[in-house]
Amino acid sequence: MATPLLKVENLRVELTTRDGVVPVIDDLSFELGAGESISFVGESGCGKSMTALGIMGLLPEGIGRIASGTITFDGEELTTASEKRLRDIRGNEISMIFQEPMTSLNPVYTVGEQIAEVLRAHQGLGHKAAWERAGELLDAVRIPNAKGRVGDYPFQMSGGQRQRVMIAMALACEPKILIADEPTTALDVTVQAQIFDLLRDLRTQTGTSIILITHDMGAVAEMAERMIVMYAGRMAEIGPVDQIIEHAHHPYTKGLISCVPHIVSTLTDERQDLTEVPGIVPSLKDFGKNQCLFASRCKYLTQQCTKGRPPSIKFENGQLADCWQAEGV
Amino acid sequence: MARKTDAAPLLDVENLTVRFAVKRGSGWGHKSYLYAVDDISFAVKRGETLAIVGESGSGKTTAALAIARLVNVYKGKVNLDGTDILHLEGENLRQARTKVQFIFQDPYSSLNPRLRAEAIVREPLDSLSNKSDKECKEIVNRLFKAVGLRPEQLRLFPHQFSGGQRQRIGIARALATQPELIICDEPVSALDVAVQAQILNLLRKLQTEFGLTYLFISHDLGVVQHMCDSIAVMYMGKIVEHANRLSLFNNPLHPYTAALLSAVPSVDKKRRESAKRILIPGDPPDPVNLPSGCRFANRCPVAQAQCSELEPDLKMVADGHRIACHLVDEDAKSPL
Ligand SMILES: Nc1ncnc2c1ncn2[C@@H]1O[C@H](COP(=O)(O)OP(=O)(O)OP(=O)(O)O)[C@@H](O)[C@H]1O
Ligand SMILES: Nc1ncnc2c1ncn2[C@@H]1O[C@H](COP(=O)(O)OP(=O)(O)OP(=O)(O)O)[C@@H](O)[C@H]1O
Ligand code: SF4
Ligand SMILES: [Mg+2]
Ligand SMILES: [Mg+2]
Repeated sequence: MATPLLKVENLRVELTTRDGVVPVIDDLSFELGAGESISFVGESGCGKSMTALGIMGLLPEGIGRIASGTITFDGEELTTASEKRLRDIRGNEISMIFQEPMTSLNPVYTVGEQIAEVLRAHQGLGHKAAWERAGELLDAVRIPNAKGRVGDYPFQMSGGQRQRVMIAMALACEPKILIADEPTTALDVTVQAQIFDLLRDLRTQTGTSIILITHDMGAVAEMAERMIVMYAGRMAEIGPVDQIIEHAHHPYTKGLISCVPHIVSTLTDERQDLTEVPGIVPSLKDFGKNQCLFASRCKYLTQQCTKGRPPSIKFENGQLADCWQAEGV
Repeated sequence: MARKTDAAPLLDVENLTVRFAVKRGSGWGHKSYLYAVDDISFAVKRGETLAIVGESGSGKTTAALAIARLVNVYKGKVNLDGTDILHLEGENLRQARTKVQFIFQDPYSSLNPRLRAEAIVREPLDSLSNKSDKECKEIVNRLFKAVGLRPEQLRLFPHQFSGGQRQRIGIARALATQPELIICDEPVSALDVAVQAQILNLLRKLQTEFGLTYLFISHDLGVVQHMCDSIAVMYMGKIVEHANRLSLFNNPLHPYTAALLSAVPSVDKKRRESAKRILIPGDPPDPVNLPSGCRFANRCPVAQAQCSELEPDLKMVADGHRIACHLVDEDAKSPL
């Protein structure tokens, strides 16, 4: 990779909770190239959304803060940038689609007004031009009869259409990076497939890099070139998607892939019990411990695992797994 | 009452129809109806699992609620073990209720937060059976063990459990009255994949152990494929296809079923490379103002003129494979 568009190095994000200050993101490093698509996976509470919010400079106020590490976007350091500059970047260069489209659209304005507002604020378009462009964007995200529907209110649209409006808004300023946090979780699979097609097309047409956050390995396989598996605030594994699915080197990744009953090309009569990963994600107060945080659920566990945080073991093609036993997995 | 034989299905649903009155437009008191479940028929054999799939709003939950008598039925019969349970009252209804239990999607809101776990599991025993206190306690202890919870957790409240553990409590409660049919409405959708696997394995284990029959509603076709013996696909209140597991997944006949399957993202590289995506643009029609022909016609990639004129019947085309599409006949070939 040449100079990456986004480079995150040793990022540590701390949350202040009732149990004290805990690292919700603990020493995370990764790079994202221009036009590349990367995916974050992991169970609920592992810090996927926090990573996105950290990059966007939108950590929960008074609770979350970047404690150390760097986030370099297009050569510019974001962890020390002013709030004004960050707002500027959020509007123009890095956009985010949130999970629940109904709560992120304003119910009292038409969807056209909301998109036009973004265009006026960030691209300096006049009223008429912004309105016209809003119609074009709705068309680009394949809202049927887009020109006729710019005047619709959010409640007049289906869940899938609202999500497409959110995408249109995120694309209004032609961002360099689009962060999509579980953009299809609440939608039917047929609608999800349409949204994924749309994101893929946008990427090829505009060269936008995409960060997709999801809990669905199938979605990762279809959408991303590389994936990052998060566990309890730490990166468990990173590498090319096909390669990891073929041979994961972290026990957690392996568990995540094999505990799901996947749909396969030809179904047979055979149905084995699903592989179980026993237990659940540790609570936030245990996140910072100097040991492998997956140890209590791991079947490869050795004494070493609870004595220190596992190192990153390197494999071919940039695959890294943070596990004491990675070579044997 | 019909006689109980092994061949007779445990659950036999005939022409089930549920409609809701909806207010529309500005007309005074003009009532329209939304037929959430519109004349569906299917049977489930004892000890088997039937899955109901279909997009949001297709009527899956309403059908399930109707079978459990939790919503008013407009027309049709629900025969359980040969008895139509829709018209039962009093003691007979109480008996029938012990045989059908429900597991809900949301383990967070479906348990009474003020009751201890043991009281939650015990509640259906108290309301539906005449067992002694001692017997009830024994049953609760046994069920706790069967669903993988520890005895010391009996006295805890719901908020002291994880999501997966709460779903285990819901399952234990559903098992309390020794039901024959368990309706699972999205039982694992709110759970993380690792916990989901634990619950799915548990449900399959309990099925063999207690000879349970499941009606299993899920939007996750991977899960459905793993759990069921047959599948009914619903679209806008109708069953459009119904077949056993292998036929439905390996030879889907209805264009909607094919589109649904093709939309599932897969980790299987072979499937991703070989499968062609079947696009169904647009939205389903207004459920209160249904079109005259096939309800899927406006989105169907192979629709022809007759499709928007005449509503196709659900007909049997091959051994047990039922399908409602004008373009599929006895040779059971996909029209796509
Ligand atoms: N505002 C907040 N205050 C305190 N803790 C928070 C806050 N937001 C998130 N957390 C905690 O931070 C941890 C990581 O949360 P995050 O939202 O990043 O998880 P996630 O991986 O996105 O999970 P999900 O799949 O459920 O969206 C969780 O334990 C969560 O409870
Ligand atoms: N009590 C009600 N009053 C009026 N309409 C209702 C009622 N309950 C459900 N409906 C409507 O009936 C239709 C079927 O709803 P149902 O909840 O059965 O769908 P579903 O297939 O379970 O969907 P999902 O996958 O979203 O759970 C929908 O159009 C819904 O809006
Ligand atoms: S470090 Fe040890 S406990 Fe952690 S994942 Fe590897 S083998 Fe399992
Ligand atoms: Mg999240
Ligand atoms: Mg439902």
